[in-house]
Amino acid sequence: MVFEFPNFVPALAEIFVLTMACVVLIVDLFLTERNRVITYLLSQATLLGAAVLTVSLHNNSTELTFSGGFIRDGMGDVLKVFIYLVVAVVFLYSREYLVVRKLFKGEFFVLGLFAVLGMMVMVSGHSLLTIYLGLELLSLSLYAMVAMHRDSMPASEAAMKYFILGAIASGMLLYGMSLIYGATGSLDIGVIADTLRMSPGDDMVLLLGLTFIIVALAFKLGAVPFHMWIPDVYHGAPTPVTLFIGSAPKIAAFAMVMRLLVDGLGPLHVQWQDMLVILAALSIVAGSVIAIAQRNLKRMLAYSTIAHVGFLLLGILAGTENGYAGAMFYVLVYALMTLGAFGMILMLSRAGFEADEIEDFKGLNERSPWFAFVMLILMFSMAGVPPFVGFYAKLAVLQAVIDAGLVWLAVLAVLSAVIGAFYYLRIVKYMYFDKPGDESALQSNFDMRATISANGLLILGLGIYPSGLMALCVTVLR
Amino acid sequence: MKGVYLTVVLAPLIGSIIAGLFGRKIGKTGAHGVTIAGVALSFLMSLVAFKHIVIDGAPTFNESVYTWLISDGIRLEIGFLIDRLTALMMVVVTFVSLMVHIYTIGYMKDDPGYQRFFSYISLFTFSMLMLVMANNFLQLFFGWEAVGLVSYLLIGFWYQRESAIYANLKAFLVNRVGDFGFLLGIAAILMYFNSLDYADVFAAAPLLSDVTIQVFPGVEWSLLTVICILLFIGAMGKSAQMPLHVWLPDSMEGPTPISALIHAATMVTAGIFMVARMSPLYELSETALSVVLVIGALTAFLMGLLGIVQNDIKRMVAYSTLSQLGYMTVALGVSAYSAAIFHLMTHAFFKALMFLAAGSVIIAMHHDQDIRNMGGLKKYMPITYWTFLIGALALIGFPGTAGFFSKDAIIEAVHASDLPGSGFAYLAVLLGVFVTALYTFRAFFLVFHGKERMDEHTRTHLRESPLVVTVPLILLAIPSVLVGMVAIGPLLFGEFFADSIYVAAAHDVLARIGEDFTGALGFLFHGMLGMPVLLALAGVATAWYIYLQRPELAGLIKARFELLYRILDRKYGFDDFNEAFFAAGSRGLGRLFWRTGDETVIDGVAVNGTAKGIGWIAARIRQAQTGLLYHYAFAMIIGLLILISFYVLL
Repeated sequence: MVFEFPNFVPALAEIFVLTMACVVLIVDLFLTERNRVITYLLSQATLLGAAVLTVSLHNNSTELTFSGGFIRDGMGDVLKVFIYLVVAVVFLYSREYLVVRKLFKGEFFVLGLFAVLGMMVMVSGHSLLTIYLGLELLSLSLYAMVAMHRDSMPASEAAMKYFILGAIASGMLLYGMSLIYGATGSLDIGVIADTLRMSPGDDMVLLLGLTFIIVALAFKLGAVPFHMWIPDVYHGAPTPVTLFIGSAPKIAAFAMVMRLLVDGLGPLHVQWQDMLVILAALSIVAGSVIAIAQRNLKRMLAYSTIAHVGFLLLGILAGTENGYAGAMFYVLVYALMTLGAFGMILMLSRAGFEADEIEDFKGLNERSPWFAFVMLILMFSMAGVPPFVGFYAKLAVLQAVIDAGLVWLAVLAVLSAVIGAFYYLRIVKYMYFDKPGDESALQSNFDMRATISANGLLILGLGIYPSGLMALCVTVLR
Repeated sequence: MKGVYLTVVLAPLIGSIIAGLFGRKIGKTGAHGVTIAGVALSFLMSLVAFKHIVIDGAPTFNESVYTWLISDGIRLEIGFLIDRLTALMMVVVTFVSLMVHIYTIGYMKDDPGYQRFFSYISLFTFSMLMLVMANNFLQLFFGWEAVGLVSYLLIGFWYQRESAIYANLKAFLVNRVGDFGFLLGIAAILMYFNSLDYADVFAAAPLLSDVTIQVFPGVEWSLLTVICILLFIGAMGKSAQMPLHVWLPDSMEGPTPISALIHAATMVTAGIFMVARMSPLYELSETALSVVLVIGALTAFLMGLLGIVQNDIKRMVAYSTLSQLGYMTVALGVSAYSAAIFHLMTHAFFKALMFLAAGSVIIAMHHDQDIRNMGGLKKYMPITYWTFLIGALALIGFPGTAGFFSKDAIIEAVHASDLPGSGFAYLAVLLGVFVTALYTFRAFFLVFHGKERMDEHTRTHLRESPLVVTVPLILLAIPSVLVGMVAIGPLLFGEFFADSIYVAAAHDVLARIGEDFTGALGFLFHGMLGMPVLLALAGVATAWYIYLQRPELAGLIKARFELLYRILDRKYGFDDFNEAFFAAGSRGLGRLFWRTGDETVIDGVAVNGTAKGIGWIAARIRQAQTGLLYHYAFAMIIGLLILISFYVLL
């Protein structure tokens, strides 16, 4: 094997984030509790710098480097920028909560930055190994973040479950990858695709490998029946960590699905479409129905995530450019809505009070009409009510599914969305029609208030003018 | 002239809007001032139109003033058709309305809903004018429904009274039945003629006289017969013909001016007017004419009989209205449309007069309407007495009064007709004359003559009504006497309705009578010796004998003919039947749909059942989330195995 000196330029953002994560780690060691905010600011600066790099390196061409193991393309750039944005907002929303609970430690931000690096590698991975590497970096960071609140029993339990189940899923992914490698003789996504295009794909080994990979992907996304970890982890983890897990990694997981299934195993579309149909249908129905029985808002949002993942899969399984664009639109919108929803929980929480029960939102309108309205926007958008952006996200993927000839699936999805509307609207009802159990005014700092307002208004604005983001998704996927 | 016609219609509407919306601001004087000004203007403009069309002989005005929309080639418009028939109706409607407006100032003096009342009656005037001036079926239907609505509002004017609410609901529902037929008729016209314009429809009608349609499979009916009968069902509702008459007696729950204006003079004659207007259609269907004739004859006679047993003065007049509407319908049936309109006009005057006079009595009696509590009112209320007497004489067709000419013409026309059913109708209308005289003078004698049966308190307060009440009485008494003599010649035997009403030569009974017609006086002398006059006088004499000479006789007769009395007292059981069959039946049907259909099936199973079911499923499925790690891992393995076995091995 000839060692070829790689072109580092396409990976500059990754290298920057890696360096900065190490710098933050070292710097944090020398900070006292009082100065901890420097860690926070450095982390935000890292994300900002990465964003500047990614944007400035952006062009419409596709660049491969590291012997074809790393790719930089339009889709990757857009997804990465959204990952920076989402993580930056997560850090912002989390700060107050962490400070109040004495969890404001350097680890949260360092682990967060490493997770970002893992996601970036997943997004840009162009060989099975790179992708796996990115996924593991992300997962290990997340396991540790869930367990960060060491004294909390639920958090430890959640971390344990997450770790063990995640390990099983990683094992399956590796096994599936090895089978694919065995069948095609390559780890490179492009080569795998070329090989499959040459020979018909009804090889038993290939199909087994595909199945294992799909199971692993379904686990990472949280599709039924590989979703069991989601409610427990969402519920058990500290809310900022739940917010982190629920938002940016879904974008990365979408990228991984695109790289593996579409770019790599695209010729096997017929085979994986059937499997995804089952997963999507189960996820949408189960997610929508079980969420009704939840009293804890974090658990409810966990099931709602499962339903949203089902919708996301609808776009992918359609197997058309419009379907992929719809799915990408959906995942970006979903990340924004999740940010807002968990952000509201964080904003309502105080020392010794988590505000994660649905009942805690009772009478919010009397306590703060504006934030009740923001929450209303978020809930309506999640339920898919026009003119909020969640409606257009659902519309896009449903259109793709209908174009693919799966009308029954679209009908099922819409019916489930109706059921789902119940528990979103229940929160609205609690906010507007019930008496508050707690009359105190909301306490939160300015940047939190401003960002969460902007978050809600963005959902509304994108709903009124969805074509810009949609056009972006279509362009980068062409 | 378009401006004049628009003024006729819009002046009452504007008055109504001002009195209705700003009644509290402008006060009582303002409310009656503005509405009376509107109606007076409307009356004056109607006179102008009458002069223009009738006296100056201007051609018929037929123009649309506003196009609402055009859909699939069908124009929906507001338009006016002003010919002699319309001009006559406009004058009658606005005149009676004006009288009622003035009279109301006195009658409703202390009512808290004073402004509302004026707003309603002006709105009614607008609606009625829209109805009679329409040049297309859509506007006709608009006016038709609008007068029905105002009638509903006015019957229930005293909405705190249980009986008023019952009565207005009944009127509304019974009219819905008629309107349903009416609307079907209009729909059939639209379907086959592809136009709603009178002129188009009348022009095309002869071409469609041979068309038959299947209403029920296997039964072929003439299209025009079906249309005419459907339209007539509408007329039966509005003009209270049997069996859709039941609402009219109950409508007396409304204030008396309303009974005079709406339930005697104008609205109830809308059906008569409509059939006369549709004469080009009816002339093409003898079947429909026979139906009209028989229904009218039944109503004329049977409703008159009911008048005999009424003790409420207004109800007595109401039954007499029913009976007289029956006479008009009979005239329509024998194609004597002009006679029907003639009787409509004379009846409008003398019946409004009788109602307002009855109202005057009611005011004096402190709103006690039971004639058994009256008697001897003649010396307390001379003006009311004389005007009521004039109205009563006109009603029974006393020679020389307006009612004599119009009713005698109808009876003659029926006699001359050879339509199937005309023999029966002739008998009915002849006997009806006797009955009319009997119940009218029974009430007259009981109210104004004989022993004073009221309590002491009422007697000491008896006095003649104020000028606003008596002046309209006098003004209405004049045409009640004179209009017949003046109008019979041109209206019935002249060319007055030549342009408005079409009568097929074979049906033209009036022309046959007209051959002997030498003038009003000749008609008068000829009629003096005829059967109707003798029967009327016999009726008056009978009433005089029974109720003044031998008051104990009434009780004896009642006891002897117990069964007959009970039948009449139960009003032939129409109300009981409707109550037991239609009302209870619909309530039962409603309850069935409510309990079984709505509560059980839709709410219970479909809506709440689904919600509960999903909630139940959710509660069950969440049990799968045990919290145990090995269950989760197991679920993953099962999922993997299922995917492998489905998609790889199979």
